[in-house]
Amino acid sequence: MIHRRRVLAALLAAVLPAFAGLAAPAAAQDKSITVASTTSTEDSGLFGHILPIFEKETGIAVKVVAQGTGQALETARRGDADVVFVHAKAQEEAFVAEGFGVERFDVMYNDFVIVGPASDPAGIAGTANATAALKRIDEAKAPFVSRGDKSGTHTAELRLWKEAGLDPASEGGDWYRSIGQGMGAALNTASAMNAYVLADRATWLSFKNRGDLKVLVEGDKRLFNQYGVILVNPAKHPHVKADLGQSFIDWLISPEGQTTIADYRIDGQQLFFPNAPEKRT
Amino acid sequence: MAETATAWQLIIGGDPTLFAILRLSLIVSLSAVAIAALVGMPLGALLALTSFRGRGAVVVVLNGLMGLPPVVVGLGVYLLLSRSGPLGDLGLLYTPSAMIIAQAVLVLPIIAALARQTIEDLWRDYRDEFVAMGVGPAGRVAALVWDGRYSLLTALLAGFGRAAAEVGTVMIVGGNIDGFTRTMTTAIALETSKGDLPLALGLGILLVAVILVVNAAAWTLRSVGETGRTA
Amino acid sequence: MRHQVFRELPLVLDAVSLRAGSVAILDHVELAIEAGAPTLVIGPNGSGKTSLLHVAMGLTAPTEGRVLWGGRLAAPPVRRALVFQRPVMLRRSVLANVTFALARAGCPWGQRRPRAEALLERVGLADLAGRAAPALSGGEKQRLALARALAREPELLLLDEPTANLDPASARRVEAIVGEAAAAGVKIILATHDLGQARRLAGEVVFMTRGRVRERAAAPAFFAAPATPEARAFLAGDIVL
Repeated sequence: MIHRRRVLAALLAAVLPAFAGLAAPAAAQDKSITVASTTSTEDSGLFGHILPIFEKETGIAVKVVAQGTGQALETARRGDADVVFVHAKAQEEAFVAEGFGVERFDVMYNDFVIVGPASDPAGIAGTANATAALKRIDEAKAPFVSRGDKSGTHTAELRLWKEAGLDPASEGGDWYRSIGQGMGAALNTASAMNAYVLADRATWLSFKNRGDLKVLVEGDKRLFNQYGVILVNPAKHPHVKADLGQSFIDWLISPEGQTTIADYRIDGQQLFFPNAPEKRT
Repeated sequence: MAETATAWQLIIGGDPTLFAILRLSLIVSLSAVAIAALVGMPLGALLALTSFRGRGAVVVVLNGLMGLPPVVVGLGVYLLLSRSGPLGDLGLLYTPSAMIIAQAVLVLPIIAALARQTIEDLWRDYRDEFVAMGVGPAGRVAALVWDGRYSLLTALLAGFGRAAAEVGTVMIVGGNIDGFTRTMTTAIALETSKGDLPLALGLGILLVAVILVVNAAAWTLRSVGETGRTA
Repeated sequence: MRHQVFRELPLVLDAVSLRAGSVAILDHVELAIEAGAPTLVIGPNGSGKTSLLHVAMGLTAPTEGRVLWGGRLAAPPVRRALVFQRPVMLRRSVLANVTFALARAGCPWGQRRPRAEALLERVGLADLAGRAAPALSGGEKQRLALARALAREPELLLLDEPTANLDPASARRVEAIVGEAAAAGVKIILATHDLGQARRLAGEVVFMTRGRVRERAAAPAFFAAPATPEARAFLAGDIVL
């Protein structure tokens, strides 16, 4: 181990001069936090919209590592992020209960939609009932793409199947395809296969390779997708930049942050709906 | 990047974000190759010029490691550099340094294995003459590396090609952070997942073009070196 | 020279045998070679000429017996040099091949280039100094190998069939260089199966078959009246084993 450290130290000594010129693009590196978040917030362009505003105001640079919710929480558990910003409430509460997070705050929501081919072989178009739609897909054995990556969307999908009294993930059937990848990859796969897929509306709206896919089911309350933000507990990981991380959280749930989130639109459509509780004192 | 811009517009318009990404990709991959060469060339030479028990096994393992899956290397370096890992105190995860370390590990076996083969072949040629001339160990290595430099350059290019084209390690240990650790390959993966396939393809073509430019530069260097020398 | 204190001569092979398994490549060779006119080692293919030169150079250790250079055992090759039958060119320019040999012989950096140019002049390669050495013709390679060997300012120069694969004109040029070196006081030991070459160059002849020295005599005596039936047959052009 000691030997390996020495080798690595030698490597680093060789590397560091190469970065003399790299400090510039990584401006405000000294005042920055790492946020583990989800692909939906990053891919939809939300962070691209709100982070420059936040940085301009506070001078804090936010580095976003976009992962599935499960992986993002794991990253934070290992102490590799200062803040987690994800969408799977039960997992988030467990994260706080285990002592890895300080406190969870609601920030905003959007909703899931069931997307499928325009030909709609299972005949679910127009249904406002998500579980009924899933039952019809199951009966028709119509192709369905599952994220299968323990993400927030995957968690929501599994909850919906359970509420429909079905369990295609373990019953198998080749119409149910678990791909173990992010939202974008799942949409690309569904587009190529003309399959049904559960997607968050934000990623769907910013997704460009739709092919024949369209939104078939939306509006069910059970498709509600709540995002929460948590500061990683400095008691567990002392290097966590608690002050800067808390500043980011405070800003997100402040009236100004909430307005900034509400302002983000694609083609005139609002993607995320702020719903933080009134600011604590 | 603007939603409606195509890759060509970005290239022709000199999009600063695009060029920052391209620059980072080159810095990371070239640094990784430089470090891997610093370690791998002497390692390959040592292996070529020494004989010991189990040398054959070491050569086989080294050759096999040329096929190291980037994701596995990325995961290993991630666990090492994570705050919960043995080197967590350095705080290197999700930085360009972490990407350089991971790519250097990935490329090291390629450079060491190809250097060993090159130097061993040359040594087979030179051995008798060197013994007759009384060339010592240091002189041998220096002469073999110098005379094999063009073949060794190919080994470096193979390493660079591998580093510049891979996405597995940089995604895991770099985190694909916008403006900080986003490289050409992770940007391509991101645009693909956003369903912007034309932009992803455009970026891919640009990456291939850059790799070709680096290879062309190396080729020119070689041609000039071979025809232009007088001493 | 810096190494004046070490002497390579006399070269003494004391009951030297070289065996590979049950095969005797060299069989009880006794030779004491002093400074003087060139020694030509002749004999049919496989008679052990090359092995004799390698042992005399110190490249191959004998399985039995001792080799002494100037009275020393296991002496590093300071002022002796060997030109292989197929010399290997370093993948550099002709000039750089010679400067490399000069550097190995301990020539100070500042003197290498002028001395290398003088050596190339001596072997008739001055015009090709900038050429890549591996691209030379066979005869040019032999001459460059000679220049590298002469760079060591050898007291003892061993040559293994230096003209075996050369056309007559190239062979004559190589012989001329060897002759000049001999005239300048370098002790030459040259293996060949070319009897004409042996007649042209020899001061003395060592005749070998099957790993043994059969005959050693001054050249005129050997060619006029060989002592052994094998040598008589070899000189007559018969096949000798």
